[in-house]
Amino acid sequence: MDTIEAVLNGNKRSIAKLITLIEEKSHDAKEILKKIYTHTGKARIIGITGAPGSGKSSLVDKLAKILRSKNKKIGIIAVDPTSPFTGGAILGDRIRMQDLALDEGVFIRSMGTRGALGGLSKACYDAAKVLDASGMDYILIETVGVGQSEIDIAKLADIVLLVMVPGMGDDVQAIKAGIMEIGDIFVINKSDKDGADRLVTEIETALGLCFEKKELKPPVIKTIATEGYGIEELVETIDVLWEYLTKKDYLKIKRTNRIRQEIIGLLTESVLNNIMTTYSEKIEFLVEKAVKRQIDPYSAAEIIIKEKSL
Amino acid sequence: MSDKNSLEKLRKEKTLWEETKLRKILEKHPERFEKFYTNSNIEVEPVYTELNVQDLDYLNDLGFPGEYPYTRGVQPNMYRGKLWTMRQYAGFGTAEESNQRYKFLLSQGQSGLSVAFDLPTQIGYDSDHPLSRGEVGKVGVAIDSLKDMEILFDGIPLDKVSTSMTINAPASVLLSMYIAVAEKQGVAPDKLSGTIQNDILKEYVARGTYIFPPSPSMRLITNIFEFCSKNMPKWNTISISGYHIREAGATAVQEVAFTLADGIAYVEAAINAGLSVDEFAPRLSFFFNAHNDLLEEVAKFRAARRLWAKIMKERFYAKDPRSMMLRFHTQTGGSTLTAQQPDNNIIRVTIQALAAVLGGTQSLHTNSRDEALALPSEDSVRIALRTQQIIAYESGVTETVDPLAGSYYIEYLTNTIEQKAREYIDKIDKLGGAVKAIEKGFMQQEIQDSAYRYQMEIESGRRIVVGVNKFQIEEEPPKGLLKVDPEVGRTQEIKLKELKSSRDNLAVREALKELHSQAKTDANLMPVILKCVKCYCTLGEICDTLRKVFGEYKASITI
Amino acid sequence: MEDTKKIRVLIAKPGLDGHDRGAKVIARALRDSGMEVIYTGLRQTPEQIVETAIQEDVNVIGLSILSGAHNFLLPKVIQLLKEKNAEDILVISGGVIPEEDILGLKEAGIAEVFTPGTPTSEIIDFIKTHVK
Ligand SMILES: Nc1nc2c(ncn2[C@@H]2O[C@H](COP(=O)(O)OP(=O)(O)O)[C@@H](O)[C@H]2O)c(=O)[nH]1
Ligand SMILES: [Mg+2]
Repeated sequence: MDTIEAVLNGNKRSIAKLITLIEEKSHDAKEILKKIYTHTGKARIIGITGAPGSGKSSLVDKLAKILRSKNKKIGIIAVDPTSPFTGGAILGDRIRMQDLALDEGVFIRSMGTRGALGGLSKACYDAAKVLDASGMDYILIETVGVGQSEIDIAKLADIVLLVMVPGMGDDVQAIKAGIMEIGDIFVINKSDKDGADRLVTEIETALGLCFEKKELKPPVIKTIATEGYGIEELVETIDVLWEYLTKKDYLKIKRTNRIRQEIIGLLTESVLNNIMTTYSEKIEFLVEKAVKRQIDPYSAAEIIIKEKSL
Repeated sequence: MSDKNSLEKLRKEKTLWEETKLRKILEKHPERFEKFYTNSNIEVEPVYTELNVQDLDYLNDLGFPGEYPYTRGVQPNMYRGKLWTMRQYAGFGTAEESNQRYKFLLSQGQSGLSVAFDLPTQIGYDSDHPLSRGEVGKVGVAIDSLKDMEILFDGIPLDKVSTSMTINAPASVLLSMYIAVAEKQGVAPDKLSGTIQNDILKEYVARGTYIFPPSPSMRLITNIFEFCSKNMPKWNTISISGYHIREAGATAVQEVAFTLADGIAYVEAAINAGLSVDEFAPRLSFFFNAHNDLLEEVAKFRAARRLWAKIMKERFYAKDPRSMMLRFHTQTGGSTLTAQQPDNNIIRVTIQALAAVLGGTQSLHTNSRDEALALPSEDSVRIALRTQQIIAYESGVTETVDPLAGSYYIEYLTNTIEQKAREYIDKIDKLGGAVKAIEKGFMQQEIQDSAYRYQMEIESGRRIVVGVNKFQIEEEPPKGLLKVDPEVGRTQEIKLKELKSSRDNLAVREALKELHSQAKTDANLMPVILKCVKCYCTLGEICDTLRKVFGEYKASITI
Repeated sequence: MEDTKKIRVLIAKPGLDGHDRGAKVIARALRDSGMEVIYTGLRQTPEQIVETAIQEDVNVIGLSILSGAHNFLLPKVIQLLKEKNAEDILVISGGVIPEEDILGLKEAGIAEVFTPGTPTSEIIDFIKTHVK
């Protein structure tokens, strides 16, 4: 098939078209994804998450530039929220990355969250696979860190950079919200602002508490994305962490979990779809009854399951 | 103003009138809208009385013309002495063509020059830069080096005219070129009068022709303040501009608030650089827009004057009265011009120009009717200039100072605009000042919200634009529009090549090297830029040298 | 099921002019009509615009230009799209563009030129009817 070959060869137009098919949930996309799957697994998937305006896009831009200077090929996926009211979105992350627009070794795609309320859509996972199969060495995925998407990115990425900014109350919030576990590396961006060192200390203390028993505490790196300060060190840290994760089999565990979850997710979706289409009338009937308190929801579900397995 | 009893009586009478006369008419004929608003969304009542301005204290709030807080104007007798400067912004194509246009304008009775530069010049690129393709000479004149500047002012005595230059990010370079041309004419810097726009903050907010990040940009600006306070006492070192903020969609209140907030940032930067306020503040000038809502605009100018005077006195402890006087240039609102039925624009411009004059402007540019379509033709420019002349010589509004003062509505609007602008400034102070607010996208967001609301009001028909969403006609495409010769780019490239082969390239390299090393220190860069200019370094070479040290600004979008 | 097809639009400002009021108002109106808008901001070269359009696989490129450089920049975008076999992307433009230039731009392949005063609803309708 032409598309498959073109994607595997890194043809940008074909990659772009395939991602669109994925976003449109086309059947063709699924068939192509099946065929390219064996070519995935080589790219290092790095998630970048943090509050809006914390400098994620600027960091991605600078990270990509350094990785390019080492001759690595970079795929970038920048996710912005879709308006739940209109279904529209303004995808503006690219504005910070337009220097890379003409770089042969960089592919940038902006995606709306679309159906995935707050989180990452399945399309984002699949788009990462496409970029992986097309021969990218690194895939950088930028997502706004609010609610579900942080949890999702931790599942999708091999390494998650959690971006924080001094003076925004990020520290306290993060510790409260229990998202400290998500970050593999903590990036204190805008460290040109007051309070950067204090934030570093606070995070290190908090990490000390969380990671008491584990051997590797997540590193904390100070950066100024707009000036490129600290980015070299960040890249080095990513590489060192990568070595460590591979050596200790952590990466394998992480990826195994991811794939297991994906299969379970697909199963759930397909079984559920199947039930919903075959038994839609029956379900409605049971819903009515439950509303009138003539049956309880547990028994209603059991009735469907029984019929299904008959 | 009046005593309590008479106010009480007035209040009673007004209520009576509302409940009888007014109500009766409303029951028979509902009004055209449920509520009325000014162009900038201040709610308007059916009638204004003393009740709306009962706290107004004449001596404190208005004062006499030429006296604090300058609400009524900065000169005691305003246009009875000298009319405003009629200054039409012009420039296009090559320096030769623009030079011809300037001579035409001066011969038509214009009293000052206003130079428009093309976009490559405004962003510090030479005409042969790849990003300059298609842009050379389009929205203004192309200046690559002192050579072009010499041609631009050829035969124009720089000690006789006052020149305003719309240049911001590379203002220090163009000012240096102007000084160098004058020197060749035998005119010393202290004899030069004019203005450079030099207002980088509004570029970040609204106009987009920035080069460097905020802090080195602010340094260049304070370098100019300092240099001019010593060498060019008659030069306006900055024109703090609300014009473009308004064009980007701001309301009148936002125009005043954001412009003055920028002004505060410049004053603070200069004070932090070690200047004392009365050293540079008398040379600060402003630049506002004039829109169609005649009375609101008049009030806007008055409110801006009063608010600035208070800020300078109360916040910065200025002593020199000239530091407190808000002197301003006005341009009629480009965004109000329509491509449909372009002759209607003449009427719009007339109303807007009248607002500027009633508001006490120091100089005025009137737009030409065809500016929504292309560069203005010579005919259109003449009508625009005649509009000003008719207001000046025939309308009679010039014969007394601030003729609308004391109108209940005008004074109410003046108070309201001042108060709302002050609220914005407080908010900006809380964000850490104008520079921080801009970095956070605060002003940009506010302006975009206003722009979007305005557009939606037009689309819903709540707001009528004559000829656009009402009273449309079938139209023939207009003819006789001015076209810039597409060869200008080529001409400039050839001139650049010639220049680079004929100048002393060793001196060029040395000068640029010196610029590079001084940029890294905190020295005043004006002397070394002047040196670069004089040995014919190009604008692009100078700006590239600074780019290497300062970096480039990337906008943060806010939609 | 929800409609999974979404119109994707690239809004860019080619050239050097910094007046982005129109571009931003349009971006917002398109978003509010359910489209995905990729906004790249100021000072975009034709090369950047075309490469971005391809990677983002947009249906429409909307170019706002007020500097007068349209006769150079707009045809250049069309030419580059052709070179990349991407002329199926609809290119529309807005800004201060004289009537006498519009014909030439349309001949060059610009689908429509919207001059100042065009309601955003007209632009939305145009996109919806021309994107298939
Ligand atoms: N002072 C400072 N500003 C930064 C830094 N990194 C990013 N910014 C600015 O922060 C704003 C938001 O950056 P962006 O990368 O779009 O953030 P995102 O929303 O997290 O993707 C922009 O105005 C950037 O220029 C930094 O290290 N220091
Ligand atoms: Mg971002």
